[in-house]
Amino acid sequence: MRQDECPAALEIKGLRKRFERPAVDGLDLHVRPGEFYMLLGPNGAGKTTTLRMVSGLLRPDEGTIAVFGIDALADPIAAKQITGWLSDEPMIYDKLTPLEYLEFVAGLWNVETAVADARARDLLQWLGLEKHADERCEQFSRGMRQKVALAGALVHEPRLIILDEPLTGLDAGSARLVKNVLAARVRAGGTVIMTTHILEIAERMADRIGVIAGGRLIAEGTLDELRGRIGSGDASLEDMFLAIVEQDLTAA
Amino acid sequence: MSTAGSLTWFAQHESRLAWRDMLSMLAAGRRGRERQIAVGVAVFAGFMHVVAFFALGGAGRLGLHPDLPTLLTITAGALLSGSAMLSQAMESVTRTFYTRSDLELILSSPTRARRLFAVRIGAIAATVSLMSLLLLGPFIDVLAWRGGLRWLGGYGLIVAVSLVATALAVILTTSLFQTIGPKQTRLAAQIAAALIGGLFVIGLQMAAMFSTGTLSRLAFLRSHYVLAHVPDIHSAVWWPARAALGDAGSLVAVLAVSLLLFLAVTALYAPRFANYAVAASGVSHGSARRRRGSHTLRVRTAAATMRHKEILLLIRDPWLMSQSLMQLLYLLPPAALLWRSFAFGGHAAVVIVPVLIMAAGQLAGGLAWLTISGEDAADLVLTAPIAQSRLLRAKIEAVLECIAIMLGPFVLGLLLFSPALALIAACGIVASAASAATIQLWFRAQAKRSQFRRRHTASRIATFSEAFTSIAWAATGAVAAAGSWLAAIVALIAIAILAGVRLFSPARAR
Repeated sequence: MRQDECPAALEIKGLRKRFERPAVDGLDLHVRPGEFYMLLGPNGAGKTTTLRMVSGLLRPDEGTIAVFGIDALADPIAAKQITGWLSDEPMIYDKLTPLEYLEFVAGLWNVETAVADARARDLLQWLGLEKHADERCEQFSRGMRQKVALAGALVHEPRLIILDEPLTGLDAGSARLVKNVLAARVRAGGTVIMTTHILEIAERMADRIGVIAGGRLIAEGTLDELRGRIGSGDASLEDMFLAIVEQDLTAA
Repeated sequence: MSTAGSLTWFAQHESRLAWRDMLSMLAAGRRGRERQIAVGVAVFAGFMHVVAFFALGGAGRLGLHPDLPTLLTITAGALLSGSAMLSQAMESVTRTFYTRSDLELILSSPTRARRLFAVRIGAIAATVSLMSLLLLGPFIDVLAWRGGLRWLGGYGLIVAVSLVATALAVILTTSLFQTIGPKQTRLAAQIAAALIGGLFVIGLQMAAMFSTGTLSRLAFLRSHYVLAHVPDIHSAVWWPARAALGDAGSLVAVLAVSLLLFLAVTALYAPRFANYAVAASGVSHGSARRRRGSHTLRVRTAAATMRHKEILLLIRDPWLMSQSLMQLLYLLPPAALLWRSFAFGGHAAVVIVPVLIMAAGQLAGGLAWLTISGEDAADLVLTAPIAQSRLLRAKIEAVLECIAIMLGPFVLGLLLFSPALALIAACGIVASAASAATIQLWFRAQAKRSQFRRRHTASRIATFSEAFTSIAWAATGAVAAAGSWLAAIVALIAIAILAGVRLFSPARAR
């Protein structure tokens, strides 16, 4: 099957969600399989709300979400089976060890014992946690907790990995480990959608970048395509991001 | 305006925080509900006065020179309240050590931290007093109305007892800190606080049960055996009781002694608090707890995984475990009664049925909150590819498993004594536990497990309805154990309460 015949890793059409004001306002998004897609935007732009709707944590008011061709609103269980979610706040259990936590996640995603065991040990090794595999998480630093949570998001080998600010609060070493693991996933054919405020990471890792503001997608493309859009061939992503958001504000 | 860093400045700061915290607690975190809070407090106060009116009967007519049994009963009441106050104060002192929120800011500032801690010890005494005044005040008012203004001396006694309780709490908790260190003190102090709160009443019940064969504390206190062993009627031991009865001299003496003790303890211990708080803040950096041997993954079905996780988390958290299991302490007297009835062929075992049913409801409520609302990895569970209803069912099954493990032995004990009573108790336990778990399900609100102690503030309706359904099922069990068909009507009342709660639950709107 050719790449363009494959269903999109994520296809969002006309997505809307309103709290006290519109958080997501008619968003369309198309993420290709095997792509590292970076979603950028100022605070309150609607990035987290969008990703939470894709992960099944929020119900949209309007619109459609399809994950690898599966209607995530009509068949959320099937969509969740192939999706992994990680938020900026690591949600793990203090009283479980990393291995027990991964065993719990494997149980929820119905991963076979032998497969889960091998994957869990590999992940903990890649993330530098193998020495702490049998220690309870209650004494872990924020970085270690985030790495355990990341291992949980990956242990069931999701085809689509959604990460909301996963590098918040990580030191340089931990951030590099996490980035390496994510890059390896993309090389292995996985799809990653990630939000970040660290534009340098987006610049270095992303295949394509989407800029969202006021709940709408205001720009999208590769780094070069975005440079072309603002008419500056050597602009950094930070310059481009600020220029695009400024343009959007002026137009509004 | 007071100088920054002075005692009064800290007092203003603390009282503002305490006031806002109390408002937030009463309003369950929602703003702009001051009028409802005022109405709620007024209704509660009115209700308590009505309860006091019917409960006290002719007690207001007691004279200034009562007999020994009366003095003993009032002293026992003061000790009972005092043990509850001591328990509350110990918890507050522990929290002062371990709550980091603003301590790091204050300890790193160039102010004298002992002033803050002196204010905090004072605040603990004030809070303990206030809570007791709210609960006992209506009884004093009714006594003053019926028997004369001298009864208002009861307010003075409450203040005196709360000062002594706070001073003792400071001494006990800091002694624990010195002897077993900051790491163990938190749990030990909380368990000690719960034991102190419950042991006095349990001890009295146990003594009553073994001496008179009933659970009546009053009968025990008025027995010849006890009266023969207490001090003479003119002893200073009875000053607090005389103070409560309106004897001005006794009241002044009791207040003076308690105030002196409190001031001495504050002056002596406040300067040490900063050191203890620093030591407590280092606790989390201690050594990690490691499993013995490497864990081998064993993946279960999703529901079994969830049940396993819930039970594991509960077993591994001694603090939560102690908070939940403390209610089982109150089962000791009925358990002893069961043993005594079984050994001597009495009929008092009927009393055990409602106690077991009540305990099941209360236990299930706490455990269901932990499993349903206190889900620390809510996002993970919500994004799992499994119907949420199945996961919720697994959580409730975990709660019922725990209840079965905890109360099963009591039912088995009852089975040896009377199969019919055991059957009634088992049915009541299931109904009571299922009702409490259902209410928690209807009123579920995402929270952290560490917020367990504040779970009641999330929904007052849930808290009260949980208590009312437990009481209704316990009453059903009691009536059924007595062999009356009226149990069916009481059961219908329990079901009606549950149906009524459903009407107000957020689950109805979901």
